[in-house]
Amino acid sequence: MKKRYLFLALLALSGVSLFVGVSSISPMDLLDVQSEETQIFLISRVPRLVAILLAGAGMSIAGLIMQQLSRNKFVSPTTAGTLDATRLGILVSMLLFANASMLEKMAVAFAFALAGTFLFMQILDRIKFKDAIFIPLVGLMFGNILSSVTTFFAYRADVIQNMSAWLQGDFSMIMKGRYELLYISIPILVIAYFYANRFTVAGMGEDFSKNLGLSYRRVVNVGLAIVALITATVVLTVGVIPFLGLIIPNIISIFKGDHLQKTLPHTALLGANFLLVCDILGRVIIYPYEISISLMVGVIGSGIFLFLLFRGKAYA
Amino acid sequence: MIEVRTLSKFYGKKSVVEDVTVTIQPGKITSFIGPNGAGKSTLLSMVSRLLDADSGEVLIDKSDVRKLKSQDFAKRVSILKQSNYMNVRLTIRELVSFGRFPYSKGHLTEEDERIVEQSLEYMHLTEMQDSFLDELSGGQRQRAFIAMVIAQDTDYILLDEPLNNLDMKHSVQIMKILRRLVDELGKTVVIVLHDINFASVYSDRIVAMKDGRVVRDGPTEEIIQSEALSEIYDMDIPIREMDNCRICVYFNS
Repeated sequence: MKKRYLFLALLALSGVSLFVGVSSISPMDLLDVQSEETQIFLISRVPRLVAILLAGAGMSIAGLIMQQLSRNKFVSPTTAGTLDATRLGILVSMLLFANASMLEKMAVAFAFALAGTFLFMQILDRIKFKDAIFIPLVGLMFGNILSSVTTFFAYRADVIQNMSAWLQGDFSMIMKGRYELLYISIPILVIAYFYANRFTVAGMGEDFSKNLGLSYRRVVNVGLAIVALITATVVLTVGVIPFLGLIIPNIISIFKGDHLQKTLPHTALLGANFLLVCDILGRVIIYPYEISISLMVGVIGSGIFLFLLFRGKAYA
Repeated sequence: MIEVRTLSKFYGKKSVVEDVTVTIQPGKITSFIGPNGAGKSTLLSMVSRLLDADSGEVLIDKSDVRKLKSQDFAKRVSILKQSNYMNVRLTIRELVSFGRFPYSKGHLTEEDERIVEQSLEYMHLTEMQDSFLDELSGGQRQRAFIAMVIAQDTDYILLDEPLNNLDMKHSVQIMKILRRLVDELGKTVVIVLHDINFASVYSDRIVAMKDGRVVRDGPTEEIIQSEALSEIYDMDIPIREMDNCRICVYFNS
């Protein structure tokens, strides 16, 4: 799985993505800057593509960092309560600050995502029985508890409808002015890359890190902050995208190992590619209607996840 | 020289290491032996700063370990704990390169690459340097970790039960390597061992612990004596001399 091929695939898929949709746009239409087609292209298609690329890369990296720091291949924002904590944060920001701006919502969602992930890591520290399957089960239970709290208060405040918008990841609502928050993940991904070696060392355990003179706690905290920030921006703009952070890092790990400095670019590229494919399929299968991205990723992703589980090799 | 002075560690009210004072001489293999729960591993963890002591101090070449920066400390003392559970998929070379982390933070210089190369060669791992750790046998993996420690290039190398889960052949191989590190490279090796015969055959000095205290400390031939061993293990252990090795025959005692 070469970086070059992944990149070429990404270019090709991006091209397809830009010219697939309800209103047919051909590259020739773009020559006329004033045309309706060009407007749709700039207001809807380009933002959608950018959102897919950033969300796909971001969620995959978030999953990769979580798996490394928790030393468990089945931990990801989906299976550690991060997504559920983020949704609870969005609910709180909606209830407490009625007219919250996007940035305020973002701050609250980030705080909750961070607290939720941190809590999960604390639980992890206290579990003596570190079984590969047991830990994500604990994470799923933890996430479900958070989720039921969210549902309870959302029901009381009559905002269930509103909340479900964040439950289902959906790119069809993405247009100019509604996705720019995702740009936050670009500098975050750059920081993640600079920390890649530290994450790899931290992934070998606290004693191992200390032996190499690494301040383990600080690296873990930076990692969790990165995960929380990426998750919060993606959930706020696109919604919940399940499984992505789980399967993409696992696929790359099988082929390329766990040296993060080497595998981060692959993981980001494959994540963006995978999400693009899911999105394009979702747009053409019941054309001119659309299948939401979380359903597409859920179906394809759970299939791949099952395959990884049944691969037989006790690898995770 | 590592000087441990009146070091203690408590878990709740129970003391695990109590008032231990011991000196580890440079350029030698010092083995820590004793029954389970004697506090050997805890002591090693405190010396290597993985654990904080509740009282007392540890001096490395006259300087207090708590006052050293973690990076500088990592250039002087390395510790290997039992690490066979590790499931990170790294190649041998990648792992050994991380031994240079205290020096280069992962951006290897030419000098670093050269040292990594030498360490691989020293451990006879050059040919298999691109294999993933999770594809190796226990003995090969342990050799990879020791190669990493060699690349870390510290004067003091601490190992906590490095022979755990190794078969006889690989145990002998690892002990011979440790001996070479001391004899050829002038390292100081401190090792926690369960098998007193390995301690007897390969170490220069032995420190025996029991119930958190040091009960015996001296050159190997002074400790591997029936009288001393019965005090340490509460067992009658006859000693037989064969091929210049003092072997403890405890299997039917």
